[in-house]
Amino acid sequence: MKTVNKMKMIIPAMSKNEALARSCIAAFAAQADPTVEELSDIRSAVCEAVTNAIVHGYRDKAGDITLTLKLTDDGCLYIKIADKGCGIEDVEKAMEPLYTTAPEEERAGLGFAVMEAFTDSLKVTSKVGKGTCVTMKKRLIGKYE
Amino acid sequence: MTVEITVGEEFLTAALSGELDHHTAAKARELIDARLERHTPKLCILDFSRVSFMDSSGIGLILGRQRAAELYGGKVMIKNPSRYAEKIIKLAGLGAMILPEKIKMQ
Repeated sequence: MKTVNKMKMIIPAMSKNEALARSCIAAFAAQADPTVEELSDIRSAVCEAVTNAIVHGYRDKAGDITLTLKLTDDGCLYIKIADKGCGIEDVEKAMEPLYTTAPEEERAGLGFAVMEAFTDSLKVTSKVGKGTCVTMKKRLIGKYE
Repeated sequence: MTVEITVGEEFLTAALSGELDHHTAAKARELIDARLERHTPKLCILDFSRVSFMDSSGIGLILGRQRAAELYGGKVMIKNPSRYAEKIIKLAGLGAMILPEKIKMQ
């Protein structure tokens, strides 16, 4: 498995950057010739992770979000989204569907459920006071079918 | 994201247009709630025909309006979501809120 291309972007944790993040990552993924459905899945999964970093990681305070992407020659897209926010005390509980710490903001508690359903693998590591890192892998079979 | 609101005798339709994420949902929520409170329609239809992107913020928007409508005995239905929006709506277990095709045509 060889890396075909990679990209790194650092954006401030502002809600208007949710659209910027998903558009940039979709543009990066486009070189692997994914299906419309695969692109849509990627955009939703990325948007959930970036929103989590803004709403939960930084709790609407300033901070940077780092997105690292890698595309391999077997058609896999690796996406890493990291923040240096407050971190998650209990990752397992946070990943339970419908669990949210921000119901008043109408967060449905489905962020991780969407990431999990729309990618092929999801890994979340977090340290309280240090930040959270979400790693997703999406196999883009569009091109290989 | 823009929201076009039409009010009938017993219903209110909010036609959402554009990309629905955490950033844009806040504005849509404000626009819809102002009219919901004023008209208290029996049925609030969230028209997703022109929603080109949605993540779980859309679910928060649907559930929030459902809670607001329940306060005065109203209910919320979802009209015409794209294949992709429907995937998230069903993942959230809200498939029953989607209006059936036949009714959509009217």
